[in-house]
Amino acid sequence: MMGFDFSQIGPALPGLIDGMVLTLKLLLLAVSGGVALGTVLALMRLSSNRLLSGASKFYVNYFRSIPLLLVITWFYFVVPLIFKWISGEFVAVGAFTSCLVAFMMFEAAYYAEIVRAGVQSISKGQLNAAYALGMTYGQAMRLIILPQAFRKMMPLLLQQSIILFQDTSLVYAVGLMDFLNTARSKGDIVGQPNEFLILAGVVYFVISFGASTVVKRLQKRLAV
Amino acid sequence: MNYNWDWNVFFKSTGIGTEIYLDWFISGLGWTIAVALAGWIIALILGSVLGVMRTLPNKTASGIATAYVELFRNVPLLVQLFVWYFLVPDLLPERAQIWFKQDLSPATSAYLSVVVCLGLFTAARVCEQVRTGVQALPKGQNYAAMAMGFQQAQIYRYVLLPQAFRIIIPPLTSEFLNIFKNSSVASLIGLMELLAQTKQTAEFSANLFEAFTLATVIYFVLNMSLMKFMGWVETRLRVPGMMGGAK
Repeated sequence: MMGFDFSQIGPALPGLIDGMVLTLKLLLLAVSGGVALGTVLALMRLSSNRLLSGASKFYVNYFRSIPLLLVITWFYFVVPLIFKWISGEFVAVGAFTSCLVAFMMFEAAYYAEIVRAGVQSISKGQLNAAYALGMTYGQAMRLIILPQAFRKMMPLLLQQSIILFQDTSLVYAVGLMDFLNTARSKGDIVGQPNEFLILAGVVYFVISFGASTVVKRLQKRLAV
Repeated sequence: MNYNWDWNVFFKSTGIGTEIYLDWFISGLGWTIAVALAGWIIALILGSVLGVMRTLPNKTASGIATAYVELFRNVPLLVQLFVWYFLVPDLLPERAQIWFKQDLSPATSAYLSVVVCLGLFTAARVCEQVRTGVQALPKGQNYAAMAMGFQQAQIYRYVLLPQAFRIIIPPLTSEFLNIFKNSSVASLIGLMELLAQTKQTAEFSANLFEAFTLATVIYFVLNMSLMKFMGWVETRLRVPGMMGGAK
């Protein structure tokens, strides 16, 4: 048996905070991009155009049936090539950007299903009333349907984002220094890998658990 | 883009013995399936026990199950994997430590860690589904069984669980598919499952796109066929008169 010695965590704190900042930055950007792309996919899926809804359905099924880790690894290699292809010259894209693109595209498939259910839960009368007022489809969606739908699905979107917060730790695979990876490497350097791993687990737990408790409360308050 | 596609790469020699790249993919797929199935057995058994505990009137039992679910759902899978692979072995008695770290082959110790990790991780999710299934049944089922003189264990064994499990086949299916996808984290502790073999092929052959495309197709087909299979199971087991399943 070995005892635990948490003495080295104090000096490592600045580095750990940098790691957490990177994790949260990745999370925020991925959530905004993912929700935006997911909304577009959901509207495509709901459109009467067969081609659009078919394409969106394929996209969602495709990303939902492959592991996130595969997407992260693949994009790490592919995104620089695509950038090069578009801009014609080699740009150093970096792990952060390729991970961000991977998360956005992957999570969009999950957000799309939430948004679709949210839009479908708004009664048809709302859309008809908007048309009766002379609004176009775009106006009706933007001003009438989506604001109501988003309010309804807020808890689900947040819940999915908490899952995403945990999944950001997978960037370990491409060596990005997020919170988990920083904790691992700091722990290895000072020879206390177990203590730093426990710390990482506790921090992730406290944030996720705290956030989901808040979301549950919000859900109760929003419930009609 | 001037990328030279070469789909024959999978039939080329890897330079190691007489293996071709396709052999790597097949052995990787084998590991993926072996991890997922073994993990699933743990998840299903433990998850069912915990799910039943959560529905019991006994406060201690439901409290333990709730704590388990919260713990395993709020810590990232990768952190859990590192805990099982790096931390837990250090806490074992010395004999067991030597056995785990020296006597076992690296693949076996990684395999054991990832199976335990995925099993316990997924059990928390299975638990929630089982609880939902039991709670979705009309209260009358429970009362009727009590009125017939069944004991609590009998009520679960003969009345509640057989119905609950059939209701929750669709959500259990998606957990079953998730465990296949989640098994890819095993590549991060050096188990040569499908994703790890893909990366290795990409690096050895430099045929990046082909390797990742094949891996994507394998995961996609695996997913779709398991979904079809579970859909068939679901229609076979559907309770007549429930969930529109009269047949």
